[in-house]
Amino acid sequence: MGAIYRREIGAYFTSGVAYIFLAVFWLISGYFFYGYCLSYATTDMSALFQNMFMICVFLIPLLTMRLFSEEKKQKTEQGLLTAPVSLGEIVFGKYFAALTLYAIAIAMPFLYALILSSYGTVEWGIVFANFLAQLLLGMALISVGALISTLTENQIVAAVLSFVVMLAMYLIDMIANNVTWEWLANVLKSLSFYTRYYSVTCGLFNITTVLFYVSVAVIFNFLTIRVFERRRWS
Amino acid sequence: MIEVRNLTKHYGDKRAVNDISFTVHDGEILGFLGPNGAGKSTTMNMLTGYISSTSGQALINGVDILENPIQAKSYIGYLPELPPLYLDMTVKGYLNYIYDLKKCKLPRRAHLNEVMALCKVHDVQDRIIKNLSKGYKQRVGLAQALVGNPPVLILDEPTVGLDPKQIMEIRTLIKKLGKNHTVILSSHILSEIQAVCDRIIIINHGTIAAHDTTDNLSKNISTDHRVIARIEGPREEIVKALRNINGIKYCRADMEREPGVYEYELEAVAGSDIRRSLFSILSEHGWPLLMLRSAEMTLEDVFLKITMGEGITIPSTPPTPQENGGNE
Repeated sequence: MGAIYRREIGAYFTSGVAYIFLAVFWLISGYFFYGYCLSYATTDMSALFQNMFMICVFLIPLLTMRLFSEEKKQKTEQGLLTAPVSLGEIVFGKYFAALTLYAIAIAMPFLYALILSSYGTVEWGIVFANFLAQLLLGMALISVGALISTLTENQIVAAVLSFVVMLAMYLIDMIANNVTWEWLANVLKSLSFYTRYYSVTCGLFNITTVLFYVSVAVIFNFLTIRVFERRRWS
Repeated sequence: MIEVRNLTKHYGDKRAVNDISFTVHDGEILGFLGPNGAGKSTTMNMLTGYISSTSGQALINGVDILENPIQAKSYIGYLPELPPLYLDMTVKGYLNYIYDLKKCKLPRRAHLNEVMALCKVHDVQDRIIKNLSKGYKQRVGLAQALVGNPPVLILDEPTVGLDPKQIMEIRTLIKKLGKNHTVILSSHILSEIQAVCDRIIIINHGTIAAHDTTDNLSKNISTDHRVIARIEGPREEIVKALRNINGIKYCRADMEREPGVYEYELEAVAGSDIRRSLFSILSEHGWPLLMLRSAEMTLEDVFLKITMGEGITIPSTPPTPQENGGNE
């Protein structure tokens, strides 16, 4: 797994994806930081964190689009699948590489908090909880993007599909409000990614949130492994 | 050692490989020969665990590739049809990655240097793979297969895209490797297989069309009682005289090769050798014999005949290991 992880991290930087991802991520989050915190002269970063969800929906496809699609296109997949490694090692090696880059990106608010702390008191507990919530959200979204990238050889197709799916996950509450069947609305609401995320930005952090995001990540990574398994048998 | 038992692969209704069985022993080079789309790559992909077989079994050093894939794969060095190269990496970086991927235990720097020297990619080790020529990419692909020094090598058309000098070098290398590895090599170039392999399997339409040692395969169907003679002299008289040779079955004058010199195709009944009587008849009449060769079929002819489905009967019983190499 280590070899795949290291190669993937290296590929993010040699291909330039890492620089673009980090630059855009920090640019937008920096703008929100200025808009919600600095210009209002407040140390309350919840508005900033609430908007981060949207940035993730936009930018995580950039991280996941080429994870598997490029391997398929360049026929390097064959090298991976005939190497003495398990499918789990392949999938998780790539998954954690994407997650690492994402974690670097979302660590930036600590710097913002540090800047704010010189002007007032910062609730570090909330800042840290928010980082954790974002990390959990990223775990779930990256696993979804990774699965989608196994389904196509084309990076752009993978990116657009991932974006649409993640947007649907973001808007699941809105969809639930427009559903007339009550049971379906309830099911959709209980699957809400945003409600859970939002409650953390307000300072409510509980174990079900953690379990929810981790389960999503586990399920989708499992599905990714199944895709490879199935392809071999077809 | 590779053991393949009744390997079959269906793609939907299409049967890509149908009930193939063979064994390759240590220190042996087996050639896979067949036209494009015959099932060579599919078979290799099943042996290396890239795709699964519909039925049948493939054992690598006694380990089933489907039951214990990771262990079986660790015995294999595989060069697929398209080498699985990451184009944005340097040669050295890529081979280091492969070293880690295969969880190799050999001393890293010494081993990689040795592999690079064997495949002659030393001088390009710091270049990005994307910028290499096809020949170099192919050699990096071969180097990738050799990393970790696996006992079994499966090479799918290893000399594609190389220039004649490189082809010779790679063939020499494969022959050298074949001494202490089990090698399967696929190709549609006959001379290559003939030069490198101990044994040949001809695959056509997903089945084994012929399976024998390289020598036997060309010998078995070559008719050494058929000769072609180039003789100077009057055509009609010569044909008439030749037809009187004892044991001759068929004689025909071919085209005029030089002024007054014709080529004659002679076929004797099986088992008889007409060369001596041919000489005495010609010397009796004072007709100079300018050339005499046996009309032995080349492997090309064998291959074409088999794959074109022209009814040639070839013993398709695989030679047993004892017979191997030195059998007649």
